Order: sequence, then structure tokens, then C-alpha cells
Amino acid sequence: MKSLLLLIGAAPLALATPVSAQSMQNMPGMNMPAAQPAAKKKPVAKPASQPRRAAAPTAKGKPATPKRRAPAAKPKSAPHDMSGMGAMSGMEMPGDKTPPTADPHAGHDMSGMPGMTMPDGAGGTMKHDMPGMDMQAAPGGQPMQHDMSSMPGMAMDGPMAAHGAGGTSLMPGNAPAPQPPTDNYADRVYKNGEMAASRTMLHKEHGGSSSSMILFNLAEYQVRNGRDGYRWDGEAWFGKDLDRLVVKTEGEGVLAGRSGTYMETAEVQALYSRALDPYWNLQAGVRYDFKANPSRTYATIGIEGVAPYWFETEAALFLSNKGEVLGRIEGYYDQRITQRLILQPRLEVNLSAQNVPETRIGAGITNAELGLRLRYELRREFAPYIGVSYDRKFGRTADYARSDGGDVKAASFVIGVRTWF
Amino acid sequence: MSPGLNRRDLFRGAALAGGGLALSAWLPAWAQPISSGIAKPLPTVSGNDITLKIAHQMMMIDGRQSHAIGINGTVPAPLIRLRQGQNVRLSVINDLEEDSSIHWHGLLLPFQFDGVPGISFPGIKPKSTFVYEFPIVQAGTYWYHSHSGLQEQLGHYGPIVIDPEGEDPIQSDREHVIVLSDHSQMHPHAIFRKLKQVGGGYFNYQRQTLAGLLAKEDQPLKDRLDWGNMRMDPTDVSDVTGSTYTYLVNGHGPRDNWTALFKPGERVRLRFVNASAMTTFNVRIPSLKLTVVQADGLNVRPVEVDEFQIAVAETYDVIVTPTDDRAYTLVGESVDRSGMARATLAPREGMTAEVPPLRKRPLADMKDMGMGDMDMSGMSGMDHAAMGHDMSAGGAAAGGMAGMDMGAGASMPSMQKPADSSMANMPGMGSGSGDTMGGMATGGMGGMNMRDASKAPQVKMGPGVQTISPMPMDRTGEPGQGLEDVGHRVLVYRDLMAVERNPDVRAPDRAMEIHLTGNMERYMWSFDGVKLSDKREPIPFIENERVRVTLVNDTMMSHPIHLHGHFFELVTGHGEYSPRKHTVNVAPGGKVSFDVTADAVGDWAFHCHMLYHMHAGMMRVVSVRPRGDAA
Repeated sequence: MKSLLLLIGAAPLALATPVSAQSMQNMPGMNMPAAQPAAKKKPVAKPASQPRRAAAPTAKGKPATPKRRAPAAKPKSAPHDMSGMGAMSGMEMPGDKTPPTADPHAGHDMSGMPGMTMPDGAGGTMKHDMPGMDMQAAPGGQPMQHDMSSMPGMAMDGPMAAHGAGGTSLMPGNAPAPQPPTDNYADRVYKNGEMAASRTMLHKEHGGSSSSMILFNLAEYQVRNGRDGYRWDGEAWFGKDLDRLVVKTEGEGVLAGRSGTYMETAEVQALYSRALDPYWNLQAGVRYDFKANPSRTYATIGIEGVAPYWFETEAALFLSNKGEVLGRIEGYYDQRITQRLILQPRLEVNLSAQNVPETRIGAGITNAELGLRLRYELRREFAPYIGVSYDRKFGRTADYARSDGGDVKAASFVIGVRTWF
Repeated sequence: MSPGLNRRDLFRGAALAGGGLALSAWLPAWAQPISSGIAKPLPTVSGNDITLKIAHQMMMIDGRQSHAIGINGTVPAPLIRLRQGQNVRLSVINDLEEDSSIHWHGLLLPFQFDGVPGISFPGIKPKSTFVYEFPIVQAGTYWYHSHSGLQEQLGHYGPIVIDPEGEDPIQSDREHVIVLSDHSQMHPHAIFRKLKQVGGGYFNYQRQTLAGLLAKEDQPLKDRLDWGNMRMDPTDVSDVTGSTYTYLVNGHGPRDNWTALFKPGERVRLRFVNASAMTTFNVRIPSLKLTVVQADGLNVRPVEVDEFQIAVAETYDVIVTPTDDRAYTLVGESVDRSGMARATLAPREGMTAEVPPLRKRPLADMKDMGMGDMDMSGMSGMDHAAMGHDMSAGGAAAGGMAGMDMGAGASMPSMQKPADSSMANMPGMGSGSGDTMGGMATGGMGGMNMRDASKAPQVKMGPGVQTISPMPMDRTGEPGQGLEDVGHRVLVYRDLMAVERNPDVRAPDRAMEIHLTGNMERYMWSFDGVKLSDKREPIPFIENERVRVTLVNDTMMSHPIHLHGHFFELVTGHGEYSPRKHTVNVAPGGKVSFDVTADAVGDWAFHCHMLYHMHAGMMRVVSVRPRGDAA
């Protein structure tokens, strides 16, 4: 049995050391019909060292075999370090399940390998396997790492085996974890609440701080046939990791159009934002429309986050104080062309559950904006851009626009700055 | 001190006095005079009674003025040189307008002098003094730094060297302390804010682009789509990069060219300390072998390498023996290859050697996401046939394995949990279906659940946990990220082996697992999904119990994890001669086990030493109590 253990121990070291990826150590469910004769088949193992190996010190002073004094004893043997076996959970060794502290074979660590099935001498499988796992068989694509001889203190000719069989080679027991204390030890030295302020600061400075950001993804001048305009879309947040106050605003207007300069739409939302998962936030609050008149107030609920493939996405439902229900879906993607030159396709679709003649909104998809903006990040926070924007009204909304003498679709060349701080 | 150096200092003084400050700040870096070398060693303090004064100051890096927090007027803070067995009394004056502190990183001492405000003491109020007093029980290379706010980023760090009581077993003709660090003109609060605002992309100017795709660089389209689908960025290697950092050697930029002198043929001991806030360095000295003789202050059996990776807060002592009468460049390349710390080893001042260009930045792969080793090509050297059939030898396991021409069972190391002991449980793998596996091998990751809570039952799943590694692997035998194919020998953790037998070689009484969790998008970092600010109870230990702690990295970043007040033994196959460390870097998608004897009563900090990860919450209190201690 010892020989076998030795053998198994050698394998992971031989392999795991050079390329840890090849370690056997974690093969769950590994079934090892054991084989006494295995060791004899193994080229590297030198039986001379075996008795010493077996004589591992045991923690509780078991009357075990003589304790191994490691550096002095340098049997010329291969690295039979059993610790490589350390993680071999999923293995079971019937008949040798004593806790490690009392295990005369403690140095071999096998005892702590739950699940390992190792019927004694059950078969020859192992012995055939092992030769394929010795060092000579590992020429490897990474010569440097495979070169065992260059390992300090582990040269093939000697000190290799001088690890001692205790220490980290031993498997852990299963003592229960103690109950966590409820007091702070420093209070015993620094009394009378001396620690209180610094403890508050400790928590604040290690995960408890607040931050904030103001971002204008769009702030642009729109050039189109005879009716130039402007548009903005921005968001600010303040708060901690999970709970934040979010303010959003967007709108657009006309500059020196046929009917002068005026703001077409302008809204602001104040939302409480709660992180749902690594990528998504739930946001709820109110939206107020300054324009178009007559203005509305809405209750808002929505989500915002990063979708797979890095799409920045938001979707929201709005319930107005007049009972109307609107919706909006917005998304964009930043395609890096170079480290600073970034192309941003962006889509925004507005929806309505009903006709709202007052605000000239029709049921269904009311309008959509498709934009393509190319920015250059002079700094991450300051990126001038140019692009094109195509805006189109649909359905009844388009009908309202026509009857008002307005445009149903508009293509613009845009120039602006994306900025945040 | 050479005349040249003095002239230079005078020049600087004159420039400052004459309003040259404003001018120099506006000159681009390339227009700055390049130093021919600064051979000034760090100022040193020693003795039984030491006074340290923390204060705001300016520092000059590559000819540019910068705000800093220093100690006794220098950044890094002065070298504290002590002798094992002495007592030391350190009077620390805080001359700042805010609380400060000093933590003695790696020193074994009573917990009330460990220097973590809110855990071990109340901190040092502005304009007040705190006296630390403790015996020096160990020897080696250590360091000290602020544990208050983000002061460490501003320069509040310095080295400690403790000479052993008897003769030093590591003989050398001369030694140099080399403190590596990162410095930004941006205030650390601004850096943290940017990370919170836009995640990891802010400082990264090496992301994948459309231009790169067309030029057939980096990942092919299919992989990009796969990664995009998972919302993971393979170029996200460092959160804060050379786009804002200047990497320093002993407080000097690459253009300052700090110089370490030697005489040809001497054995030179280099004591490396990584005092960075956020930077993992890959260190090498082209054409010199580096013999690593100490790690985290404790001696290890000599290992000869060409390059080593040093994570934040680690220390390595290295012996070099330059025999030629020439200069050598000391390169500390940031792990994401966005910049380098550079110094020169030379027989005389004013010499330089060729500075190698930055190598190509690494890309994270599926292993870094904790998907195990899907890359079959990495398994050469395994006798597959031989391996294969012991898998088929029985039971439930065989069903899954049989169909897998894995080219080696080797890629299973991470399937550790007993619950997963059947191969059929392999994520993304139909039971017994080898085809699925094949698909993964060719790059597909379909079906792999990157957030399977059952893999980590103790993790509090929530917005702060972006991924759970489905198959985390022990990567202590692998070179660090980006060092797999550098063509020369790189230090790996498994190379390290203690010189002295470990003081406690008992089997651990129990085992526990701690998951390193995070969300790059929200820039949240935690242990087991819990931030320190969530005020979870401490991690309890009973005095003198021995515990095997396994750290599982569920993120794609590496995390240098530091336990205060203790050394722990890495479980890397060296038995009673395991390397003992105070900080261990857990590779992306990897895991590391260590055994620790909780022999220091008190409450101790336990955290990721990436400063902004810690600031985001990746920290817990570890409490060691005497058995039966009632509060």
C-alpha cells in the first residue's frame, strides 16, 4: 500500500509542478482500484525512501514510527510529495478513513480523501497508468517549466525528497469552526469608545463610500434641411454601490426654423435606482415633461443596464397623471475603432398605449431615432463627435404631425460633444 | 554621494526657487532632461528609538513635480534597519490634516501595534503622535505603509530590513533595497472615482479594437463575440495602468534612472519590495541570472531564474553576480505591459544599458475566467493513453470521462468539490458527451454557466458577484499572467521552498474556503460576496488552531491577499518545508491553499492588497481568540 501511495504521490508532483494544469489532484470521482505492485512498475520511485516516508509525525503524538528529520535525511528518491494529493477530494479509501491526526500514514494524506474508492489490490489499472505519468514522459512544450532539474532543492539527484512528510502534506481534519466573536478585541486595549470613530471610518473606507457621475451621452447641434435643431440626452447618479438617486433628462428643439426657435420636448426624471444583479438596475420614480405643452407628470418604472455583448440598454414605462401609458426603449453600443475613436450606433423607440391628441402622440410606436455617431476621446470624459441621426414618426403620431404641417421624418447631420464628469 | 549628484540637487533647488517649477510642469516628458543616473541610496533610520514624521511634500519624478505624502521628507519613506532580537520604539508624528497610520507589513507583533485604524488601534489623529513599541522577533526584508484612506498611493510607504541575530546565511558583498511602486499625478480619490464611474476601461488604452480585428491582432471574431456575450474584457489585466502611472524604483521614474552600484564579480543582494498600490511587476535584469533566496522576508532555497513576478506587497530577495564591467538594466514591467519601472546596475554612476521595449500585453483566457484548462495544446507531455484509462476505471466518473478525448484528464484539476465528483456535472458538458467537451476545446463556451451559485455555496450572490469560476485551478505551478511564453525561466510559487523546517507541521484542524469575488462593471470587490462595509462578523480562529484556507478566485483579476500578524505555509507540495508568506497572489480563475497557525491573539486585517480593491470592500477582519475566551 505504501508503495502505491508513494507512487500516486509522485505523479501529481511530476506533472503538476511543471504544468499545474495537468495535476491529478482534483479529479473528482476518480476511481482508483489500487494495486500493490504498482510501485515496482514505477520507474522513478526508489523504495529506499519509503519507510521514512511512512513515518510521518502525527499531530497528536501517536506512537508512530520515528519522526522524520527532514533536511538531514536526503534519500535519493523522486519527489514523493503527497501534498500534491491534497485536493483529491472525491476519492475514497475504505479501510483507511481514520482522521489524519491519528493516521499512521498521515504523511500520505490518503485518509482525508473522501470519496476515493481504493479497494486494496483490486486491480492493475493503476500500474499501467502510472508509467505514463512519470517525468521522463513529460517532455512538454514548455521546456523551461518541465525542467525538474532546475528546481531548487529538488534536483533529481537528491534533496528532492527532503520535504518531510508533515506540514502542508497533511490533510485537514474536520474540526468545527468556532463561533465568530461579537466584540472587538481592540476595545480591550483602547477603552472608553476610543475605537468607535475609527471603526465607522473603516467601514466607510472599505466598500461604504458614495460616488457620483454626470453624463451627457448626447449634446448636439442637428443640421437638417431648413430646420436646424438641437438635442440632449443625459443622466446623473449619486449613491453607493446598490442604491442610487438617478436624474435623467432629454429633449430637443428647433433653432431658427420656419416658426422660430422653440423647444419641442423636454423632460426630466428623478428615479431611485436599485441594483438587481451584476449588470441591471431597477429604477422607479417620476418624470415631468416641461414640453410639449400641456405638460404631464408620470410615474416611472424601468430597468437600465448592460446587456450581453456590451449593449447599454434602458427600458421604461410611464403612467401619466391623466392615466396615459407610454413606453421607451433605448440602447447603444460603443464600437472601438481605435483606442480613442469610437463609433456609437444608437436606437431609441417611443411607444404609447393610446392616442393622446393633446400632446400629439398616437397609439403604437410613436417615433424612433436611429443614430450613428463617431467620437474621438480626447479624454475619456470629453469626446467631440459627428454623426447622422434619422428620426421618424409612425402611425397616428405621424398623422398628427402631417395635419400640423410638420415633418414625419427628418435626417440630420449632427455635431456635438459626449462628456461626463 | 558624488559631486554630480550634488550639482543636480542644487540645480533642482535653483529651478524651484526661480519659478522653474511652473515651467517644468508644462514641459512634455520627452523634453525633460534625462538623468544620467541617481545613485543615491534610500535614507536610513535605525536604533531602538526611531521617530517618523508623516507629512505632505512634493516629489520630483522624471523632472516633474508631484504631490506626495512622505515620511521624514522622503518618498519612499526611509529604510528602517533593525536587528532581530532588539526592541524598537517608533514614535510616529502625523503632520497631515487627516488621520494617518503605519502598518508594519509582515512583522509579527502584538495586534494593538499592527497599525490598522478601526481594527487594531484608533489611528493617529492629525498633528498627534503615536508610539509603537514591540520586540523584533524575525529577520528579513519587509515594508511599512499607511493603512488610512488611500495615502499609500501618494507615497506613504517604505522598506524595513531586519538583520538576523547571528550571521546572515545569505552572504553578499553588497546589497541594495529596491522599492517598486506606482505613482500618478491624479489624486487617488479621483482614480477610485473613475473606476467606480466607468469600471475597468477608463485607464486601459490596450483594449481590443475593430482596427485590431482587421489587422488580425488579438482575439478572432468568434472569441470576441463569446467574450462580449459574457461581458468580459480579456484585456482587463490591470485596473490602473501606465496611462496614468509612472512606475518608480526607490521613488525615481524610468528617466531618472536610479542606479545601483557594484564592483564586477561581487555578489549583490537586491531586496525587492513591491510597494505599489495596484501594480504587479515582472522583474528581470537582461543578461543576469537572478537567484531568489528570500520571499516575504523568510529564506528560501536558492532558485535561479531569469524573471519573476512580484505581486503588490510581496518581497523577494535576489542575488545577482554581475561579472562584467558594464551596466545592466533592471526592468520592472507592469503586468499589463503598459509601462515599466527601470533602474540600472552599474560599476559607476552615469552608465546606462539598453532598455528593452515593452512586450506585448497578455490577453486573459478561459483559464483566467476559471473555466479550467480548455486549451488542449497545453497538455503536451502527458501520456494521454495512459491517463485515459484510469478514468474509465469505474463508477459514475467513467460515464463522463470515457467519451472525452481530453488529451489528458489533466484539465480537471478544478473540479474539486465533492458535489461535483462526477464528470457528468461538468458545466456545459452533457453527461457522458465527449462532443460538448470537444466543442469547448475549440473555443466555444456555450453552456458554461459563469455564475453558478452552487459552485460556491457560501458566497452571497448579488450585484457584486459578476462570476463564479466554474473550474478554478491550482495555478501555483504556472508562471504569472503573460509570462507563459517568454522564452526563459520564470519563478513560480511551487519553486519556493523554505530553508528552515516549518515551525508548526501539524495537520490542519479544519479547512475553509474563501471566495474572491467582484464585479468589474460596478467596480465592486469582496470576499464571498461580502464587503467589509457590510459589517459581517469576523472570520473566527481559536488560538493555536491550524487551518487550511483555500482562496478561490472567482474574478479575472489577480488578487494579492494579505493576512496581518501571521505567516502562512503555501500548500504547494513541500511538506514541512513549505514556503511561508504574508501575502499570496491568487491568479485569475485560480485558487491557492495555505495552512495557517493562528498563534497571534487579536483582531487582524485580512484583505486584497490591490489598494482600490480593498477600498471597494475586499477586506475582512480575522479574529484570533483564546479558547473559551468570552467577550
